Amino acid sequence: MSRSHYITRYVHIDGQSIYVDGGLLYRGDHMGTDFLNEAYKGIGLDYPKFYKMDPLSRLAILATEALLTGRKLTQEYSPEDIAIIASCAHSSLDTDLRYQQSVATAPSPSLFVYTLPNVMIGEVCIRQGIKGENTCFVSESFDPPFQADYVNGLLGEGRAEVCISGRADYLRGEMNAFFMLVEKNPASLGEHNSQTTKQLYDRQWKN
Amino acid sequence: MEELMQTLKGQIVEQLNLQHIKPEDIGDDQSLFVEGLGLDSIDALELIVLLQQKYGIKLANPSEGPTVFKTVRSIAEYITAHKAA
Repeated sequence: MSRSHYITRYVHIDGQSIYVDGGLLYRGDHMGTDFLNEAYKGIGLDYPKFYKMDPLSRLAILATEALLTGRKLTQEYSPEDIAIIASCAHSSLDTDLRYQQSVATAPSPSLFVYTLPNVMIGEVCIRQGIKGENTCFVSESFDPPFQADYVNGLLGEGRAEVCISGRADYLRGEMNAFFMLVEKNPASLGEHNSQTTKQLYDRQWKN
Repeated sequence: MEELMQTLKGQIVEQLNLQHIKPEDIGDDQSLFVEGLGLDSIDALELIVLLQQKYGIKLANPSEGPTVFKTVRSIAEYITAHKAA
């Protein structure tokens, strides 16, 4: 059983730009959902269901799409061996508020189905063909020790061979996403642990 | 009927967030679900809401859904019949 796991790629989205491994992949001209929609076109994504998703799911889709540029994980790993572990601060509050508004006239079914934060993970799993372990934690701030331990536990216990790990948050046009690809491949950006996770997460504020 | 179908196409695109489709791209007799426009079960619920909100029509029998929502023309015919009733 391998004890060390490695970060092979990471992505930041700050609401105006998308960075892969610290390098600019896409910079937009708009904010909020307009940014998400223009980034969809900007990175050449062709997935019409994207427009039906809530902003949090759209953010997670964009981040994981950028993270996996040039790779198709299901061609490299069994779908059951690909895990995704995410966290967020505001859960699905942005959609919850819009659903609450729709209740005053006619409750919107398409808003209601996005009133849980783990739906963003489900959308990524559908898009990427992932069938492994998936969990979404809600925490006010990112907790690298907790998340790194959780992901290393999954990989170390053989419950996954590769893991997409990170954070996505969206509320009233403000957004932030950070995702890493964690594998057993040592040709990497660094060992996956609390320290490197925190270092890479903090880099987004310096872009 | 023609005017109603054109209005419906715009309302469907707006209500269902079909931003990749222009209303004029939807055919009058094009299947809306599965192999046609590719709508799903949540979209069907949104179409029920659309009928209630825009036309004040409640789908009395849910089993009618697949027939009523088959095409833009079938929706328009249902609206016309139930508005007149």
